[in-house]
This record gives sequence, structure tokens and C-alpha cells, in this order.
Amino acid sequence: MRPDSPPFRPGRRAVLGGLLGALALTGCGSLRGKPKVREWNLFGGGDGARLLQIHQQYVAEHPDVAFEAHTLAWGPPFYTKLAMSAAGGRAPEVATLHLSRLKGFSPTTMLDPIPVELLADAGVTESDFLPTSWNRAVVDGKLYAVPLDTHPFVLYYNTEICQKAGLLEADGRIKTVKGVDAFLEMLKAVKDVTGKFAASVETTNPWRLWWTLYGQLEGKFFDDTGTRLILDDAKALEALNLMAKLAADGLTPRSSNYSALVAQFSNGDAGLSFNGEWEVTTYQTAKMPFSMAPFPVVYDVPKFAGDAHTFVLPHQSNRNKADTKATVEYIAWMLKHSADWAAGGHIPAYQPVAKSQEYLDLKPQAEYRSVAPDVLFDPDAWFSGSGAQLQNEAAAAFSGVFSGQATPKAALAQFKAATQKLLDTPSPV
Amino acid sequence: MAVETPSRLTTGTPPAAAKPETGQPWKERWGGLFFVAPFLLLFALFMLWPIVSGLWNSFFNTSLAGVKHEFLGLQNWRDLFGDPAVWSSLKNTLVFTAMSTPPLVIIALVMALLANRRGVLGWLLRFAYFAPFVLPATVVTLIWVWIYQPGFGLVNGLLTAGGFAEIDWLNTENRAMLAVVITTVWWTVGFNFLLYLAALQGIPAQVYEAAAIDGANGRQQLFRITLPLLGRTTGLIIVLQLVASLKIFDQIYLMTNGGPNYATRPIIQYIYESGFTSYRIGYASAISYLFFAVIVIVAVAQFKLFSGRGEDA
Repeated sequence: MRPDSPPFRPGRRAVLGGLLGALALTGCGSLRGKPKVREWNLFGGGDGARLLQIHQQYVAEHPDVAFEAHTLAWGPPFYTKLAMSAAGGRAPEVATLHLSRLKGFSPTTMLDPIPVELLADAGVTESDFLPTSWNRAVVDGKLYAVPLDTHPFVLYYNTEICQKAGLLEADGRIKTVKGVDAFLEMLKAVKDVTGKFAASVETTNPWRLWWTLYGQLEGKFFDDTGTRLILDDAKALEALNLMAKLAADGLTPRSSNYSALVAQFSNGDAGLSFNGEWEVTTYQTAKMPFSMAPFPVVYDVPKFAGDAHTFVLPHQSNRNKADTKATVEYIAWMLKHSADWAAGGHIPAYQPVAKSQEYLDLKPQAEYRSVAPDVLFDPDAWFSGSGAQLQNEAAAAFSGVFSGQATPKAALAQFKAATQKLLDTPSPV
Repeated sequence: MAVETPSRLTTGTPPAAAKPETGQPWKERWGGLFFVAPFLLLFALFMLWPIVSGLWNSFFNTSLAGVKHEFLGLQNWRDLFGDPAVWSSLKNTLVFTAMSTPPLVIIALVMALLANRRGVLGWLLRFAYFAPFVLPATVVTLIWVWIYQPGFGLVNGLLTAGGFAEIDWLNTENRAMLAVVITTVWWTVGFNFLLYLAALQGIPAQVYEAAAIDGANGRQQLFRITLPLLGRTTGLIIVLQLVASLKIFDQIYLMTNGGPNYATRPIIQYIYESGFTSYRIGYASAISYLFFAVIVIVAVAQFKLFSGRGEDA
């Protein structure tokens, strides 16, 4: 049956090998043609829709770059995947990262430094940024992140409801209030109009509100070495007591998660909303009458919880020069087009855009730009930052203050114990 | 030799006597190994190696960030016993298992008894009972989060219509776990139902016929025939369900994220948080091994109980 010596009959191995080889060849061929830029981001809200539009423009203008963008779920899911990909050295070319997470993300092992000379070639230098944001992006003398924006905690207000409550100035802007009493009066006036709540708050994670209030009281968190908790109990309790009062007086809901916060402001159950500025697009799409302003200075000094989005180069074992060049050019292009990004709510970090008429004309997005220098970043520690463990611990402890299941005192004790436990844990980075 | 050779050439199957059961040629015995080799390789790579590597890591301060790798000895294990979060999350997992297993077994049995009939109604019941099981966890949790929502959710709508006070199911510490259990029962009871239904259909009709002739009524048939004959299936379902319930993570992570105030955080979520959110792979490995031990204990206890009962029956 078997032919003795088949001259033209390749064996199974040869066929398989040939097929694999051909696949590999075509695969490499198509990749070698264009530099590739794969981007991972965490923008799932109104700002994510904005990013898609900007990316479409980028792709249209750069047919010579193989560009791919992926949006992953915000917070721990995103950072977990990014850390895994970087730990394995097979990360995407570029990713977004919260500036507050930079030091906790182990930049020296999980990120590659950004080639400053390539960035300069693309037209972006240190002088284009505020020193506060640029300096935070430098670790051990190397630049690891390029700031894209700053995103503070702000006040959204429904202009129709606030008009009825008599809170608007002649020019249609909300009256600036200062101090606890004025703040509470404003909320009561709004509640009288809505009949339900004054303001919508994410009670399941009130970290940003508490951090804003505590910051306005000039409260400190860690000592200068960053290893000892020096939380001021009286100030922390003052802020928590105010939060408890907001819920007890029915000025805010006792319980609402993030989607409920958005829903309550959209449907008019609340005339105000305390939130980061990134839901502008959502409310604009809903065609509701609203505007935005800096969060009121309830206590002594203007401080507003916030963070910044940056671009980083996650660690790749075999970084390709052409890809890196295209990636840095992508970052520079995004910065120069960040007026479109600012339309999604964030304050541009790139100063030529932040000072441009195009940005200043954006309403309501330019209304709160003055707070950028007063943005209060999360405490500096490996377990801190947007979506990191410290915020989770605060959420667990402080949500009970709104729901009434915990007294401010008990919540503070729990939060302090949790923070101390994190401090006592040897840093994994 | 001379006798055997022609028989091999002429017949396809050699006579049984010519081939003793124990004396297979090595080539045939090892041949089997080649057939299972692809599986064995994957099993070793993705099951055995991670198990060994997890134990190994539990003695180090391995970090996901790849910066440290120092031998700690038993430090992770000592930390683990002093970490209240480990014990509270383990307790949550056990509470969930205790709350979810009985309804998932009993309701499945009742549903199978109801659906074990011919005709359109039987078909409709079988379809309706099993349908939720095919939904992905994300869809199920999305639906139920809205059902439980205070203010405009279905459950609270019914409660207020009936004159009761609203309950903020997912944000109240002693209600959230119950809410997750209810969701889980709705979602996964269909699988146990299917196992029971198959077992019911395997009981021969003659048994019931004979019982009916002897004058047994429906109740007696149920308790004297149906349930005893389903004994082995019940054992299987309980084992499978205990293991599935102990592995609880998806629904809780998506519905409450372990809250409020960690009242529902299962141990797998704490392992995930330690290992991936906080990069402490070494410590997370140690907790995993603790949990592994718990599962082994439960499985062995279960096996002892049911193998004993099997001999009695």
C-alpha cells in the first residue's frame, strides 16, 4: 500500500511547518509595514464617548499608523490588566494612568521612561505644563508620564431649579457661597424646589467629598516621610458630621451608587450634583438645562479633590523604536487636540490649549478651570490613588455615615484602623 | 511460536487465550499515554504547575510589580492568621454557601417534580426554569441591581404597594447577602433542576405502576419511591452545589463589590484584592491555600457522609 519513496509528497510535519511559517511571514510582513500604536484606556463615562471621536480623527489623519484603542472597565479591573501586561513585558504601546497612581504603579519595573527628546521632536516640552503636574510625573529624574488633563471635584447645577430657588446671579451663573451655613442654606433652597433632594452624591463611595471637605479644613494625612498617619481627628470628624447632617436632613440621598447619582441629577430629583467634571457629555446629550462651577468653599481654604489623567508607556520587553516614535507622536497629537478632550469636562494640562480661545469658549467646561492649581491629589502612598485600596477602605467606612448605619466616630475609627493596616503592610512596589 | 505465527496472519482478532490480560506489550500500554499526552501536558501546565507555584510563592513576598522576591518563611501564614479581613471574608463565603445551598437543592427538586410531565405545560416549565442559567453573570447582575434599586426598583415597588417599608437591599448590611442569594438561586437553580429532571426520567414507569396496583397514593409514591430513588442524584447535586457556592465571586463583585462595608466580600474577592489590586501575589497565594484547605475539608466531609449513606440504601 505505501509507496516506497514518494518524491513529491510532503509529510504532515512539513505541511504544518510550512503553513505556520507562511502565517508567521505574512503576519510579520503586515506589521513591519506600519508602526503600531495600541492604546488602553479606562474612560467608560461621558468622556469615553468623546475619546472615541478624537481617535476617529487621529486614525483619519494617520493612515500610516496601525492604531488600536481599547476601553477597559474603570478602576481595579483596568489597573489589574495593565499591571499584568506590564509585568509580563507584553503591554500595549501606550496606556492612560491616574497621576495619583504613578508611584504606586512601580514605574521603574512596570513602566518605560518616556524619551523626552522624542517628545521634544514632536513639539512638546516641559515648559508646556504647569510645574505641579510635570514634577509629579518625574520619578528618579526620569519622566514616566505625560499629563493630559486635571479633573477636579466640582458642582453641577440644574439652571432651571436653581433659578426657581433664587440662587442664580443676573448673568445666569450660580451665586458663590462660602462657609457651612451659606452652603446648607443653598442646599435647603434647592430641596424646597425639587421636593426630593438638594444634591446627588455617590454615597457608596464618598471619598472625594470627604477629601475635599477635609482638605478645605487644611487637614493633613501623612507626615513628610509618608510613613506615619497624622490624620486630624477633629477636622476629619467635622467633615464626616457635615456629611451625616446632609443625609439626615434629606439634602442628599441616604444611599445611591454612581449610576443613581447620574440618574438623580438627570431626572431632576436633585438640583445639584457633587461629582467629578467628567459627566458633562452625559448631561449635554440628555439636553438638560445645567451648568457647572467650582465646588463651594465650605470651610477655610479652596481645595478640591482631584486627579489627573496621563499617558504612560507600560513596560515592554522588546520595545520597537518605530513603534515608540509613533507612540510619542500620538501622545503629542492628543495633547495638541486636547481642546476636544476638554469638551468632555477635563481641564487640559497642555498649557497652549488651556490658554487657547477654543478652550475658553467652551461652556460650561471652562467655568471651573480656575481650580486647577488648588486640586488636591490623593495621599501619596502605594495603596492610594484613584480606584486603589485606600479609596475602597474610605468607601466601606464612610458610606455608613450617609446610610446611617455608622456614626461618624465609628466610621473614622474604622478608616484609621484600615489605613494603619495598609501602612503596616510592607510595600510591594 | 510455530502455532502462533499463522494464527496472527490469518485472523484479525487473536484468541483470548493467546493474550493474557496483564501481559500487554509495552508498546500498546504506552500507546495509550500518547493519546492522553495532549491533555496531560495542558493539565500539568495549567493545573499542576500553578498549584505548585502558588505554594512556592506563599513563602515569598512575591510582588506582581516584579520588584521583590525575598524568602519570608512562614511570615505570610502568620500574617494571614492575624488578618481579620481573611476571617471575615471566609465567614461571608461560608454564610453564602449555607444560605444558598439548601434552596438551590430543594427548589430544584420541587421544580423538577412540577416539570416532569408531558405536553405543552411541561415543555414550557422546563424551558422557563432553565432559561436564566444560560444568561451571563453580567446580564443577570445588571437586571437584579435594577430590580433591587430603591425608589424605582421592582421589589421595592411591590413592597410599597403592599404597604411595607422600602428596603435598600444591596446597601444594607444584613440584607445584601440575602439579595445576592435570591439572585443566585434564580440564576443557577436551572442546572440542578436539569440534573433532577434527568434522574426523574430515569425512574422506570413500572415501579409506579406496581405501586399504584398495590394501592399507594401519590404522596406515598413520592416519599417511598421517587425521593429514595433520587438519593444518589441528591448527593451529587449537593457536592456540586457546595463547591459552586464556595467559589462565589462574580455576582457579589458585580452587585455589591463586597459591600456595604465588606458585609458581602467573599474570600475570593479578598484574594483578588490582595494579589492583583495590591500586587501582593505571595500573600494572596497563602490565603488561596487556606481556602483550598477549607474546600478539601468540606469535600471530604461530604464524601464521608454520602458514601456511608450509600451503603445503607
